Amino acid sequence: MAGTIITVSSGKGGVGKTTTTANLGVGLAKLGYRVVCIDADIGLRNLDVMLGLENRIVYDIVNYIEGRCRLRQALVRDKRFSELFLLPAAQTRDKNAVSIEDMVRVAQEAAELVDFVLIDSPAGIEHGFRYAVSPADLVLVVTNPEVTAVRDADRVIGLLEAEDLAPAKLVINRLKPELVRRNEMLDADTVVDLLAIELIGVVPDVPKILTSSKTGQPVALDERSPAGKAFCNIARRLAGEDVPFEDTQKQSLFQRLFGLH
Amino acid sequence: MGEMPITLKGTADGILLKPRVENWAVVLDAVEDALIDGGSFFRGGRLILDVGARELSAEQLNAMRVLLTRYGIELWAVLSDDEQTVHLARSHGLLTRIPKRTEPKHTLIETAPPELQAVFVHRTLRSGQTIRFPGHVTLVGDVNPGAEIVAGGNILVWGTLRGVAHAGAFGDETAVICALVLQPSQIRIAGFIGRSPEKSTRRVPRPEIAKVEDGQIVVEAWNSKRG
Repeated sequence: MAGTIITVSSGKGGVGKTTTTANLGVGLAKLGYRVVCIDADIGLRNLDVMLGLENRIVYDIVNYIEGRCRLRQALVRDKRFSELFLLPAAQTRDKNAVSIEDMVRVAQEAAELVDFVLIDSPAGIEHGFRYAVSPADLVLVVTNPEVTAVRDADRVIGLLEAEDLAPAKLVINRLKPELVRRNEMLDADTVVDLLAIELIGVVPDVPKILTSSKTGQPVALDERSPAGKAFCNIARRLAGEDVPFEDTQKQSLFQRLFGLH
Repeated sequence: MGEMPITLKGTADGILLKPRVENWAVVLDAVEDALIDGGSFFRGGRLILDVGARELSAEQLNAMRVLLTRYGIELWAVLSDDEQTVHLARSHGLLTRIPKRTEPKHTLIETAPPELQAVFVHRTLRSGQTIRFPGHVTLVGDVNPGAEIVAGGNILVWGTLRGVAHAGAFGDETAVICALVLQPSQIRIAGFIGRSPEKSTRRVPRPEIAKVEDGQIVVEAWNSKRG
C-alpha cells in the first residue's frame, strides 16, 4: 500500500514550515516509520540544512524530473535514521522547473517506497504552493499566533477548500505561553475558532529551535524540550494515535514564582 | 463588414467579452455602445475578456479597463492563448483562468426583480474570498478578515463579521448590515464608509445592526421591539 502524502504549507513565510517538516520527519522516523521529506522550495533550498544533510546532496528533485538520475539516487539518507530520506530541492533553478504533474508523479513514486511523504511547500499561494499541495492526501497548515500569519493561513485554507484539494489540519507554531498569559499574543483557542479547522498540534516557542536549525539537529530529537515533545506528539497523531493535547498555558508553581518557562 | 466587432454575453462567472476584429479602437467603441445600450444592467458586474490568440498590449488592456471602470464594471479576468498576454494580465492583477466557482450560482434566480433576490450561503467566508450579489445576502458562518461581501441589498451574517461588508452597493441608503457579532474591518452602506474603532472595546458580543442615519453609519444593538 502506498504511503500517505502530507504537505506542510502556510501562505506566509517564516512561520516554521521547514522546521515543522524536518521535525515531523524525525518524529515519524523515531516511531519506526519510513519517511521521505521533499523540499519543494526550488531555488530556496533549506530543508537540507535543517536536517543537517547539506553536504551529502548529489542529485536533486529537478535532476530526477529531468531524467538525469533515478529516484533512489536523489534520495539522501539521514545520518541518524536509516529510514528517513530527503529529496532535496535544486538551488540553481526556480519553481518553473517543476510542473504540477511532475510533483504529483514524484510524490506518488516516493509514496510507493515509504510510509509517509512530507512535502515542504514554498511560501506564497502561487505556482510553488499549487504544485506542493496538488499530490497531498492531507495538508498541514502552519501558522503563528499572529494576526498576519492567521490571515494568510485562512487564505490558504480557503484555496484548498475552493479547489477541492486535500483536507487541512492546523499546526500552531511558536506560541509563547508567557505572552498569551499577558494578553499580548493570540491564544490557541482564538486561532482555532477563526480558522475553523481541526487542530493537530500546538508547538511552544523555545530558544532551542533556532540553535537546532543552526546545528542541523531538529528539536524533535530531544523529547525533554517542550517543542520537541509537541512535534513528536503531532507525528503520533499523524500516525493515527490518539494523543491528548498538552496544556501550553499550564505552568508549575515553581515556574510561575520565578518567571521561568 | 457585416460581422459584429464583439460578442458579449452573461455567464454564471461574469460577463464574457470576445473581440471579433483586430482593430482595438473598433472593439472599444463596440463595447461602449453595448454598455450604453445595456443601461445599468452590467453595472457592478465583473467581466472576462477572452482575446483568443491575439497579443494584447499594456495600452490596449489599460484602455479597456478604463472604459469598463467608467461603466462600473470590474475587469476580472483575461483569457488568452498568448503567453505574453497572460503575463501582462497577471502583472495587472487579473485572473487568467476561471477558477472553479466557490460562490453560489446566481443564475437560478435571475428572473426575479433585484430587490426580491436573496442568496443564502452556509459556510465560512475566508480571507481573499468574495460574495458579490445584486440582491440580499444571508450568510450562516463567519466572515473572516480579508473576506468581502458586496450586496445590492441587505447583508445578514449569522456569525461573526470580521471582514468587509458593503450593503446597498448600487446606492440604496436604506440597506442594513447585521451580524451576531459585528467586528468588521470596514463596512460600507451605499456611498458611506465606516470602520471599527482602532481600540476595540472588550465587551460581551451581541447582535448588532448597522445603518445610515443623518449621513453617517451608526451601529446599534439589535432590538427586536424597535425593529
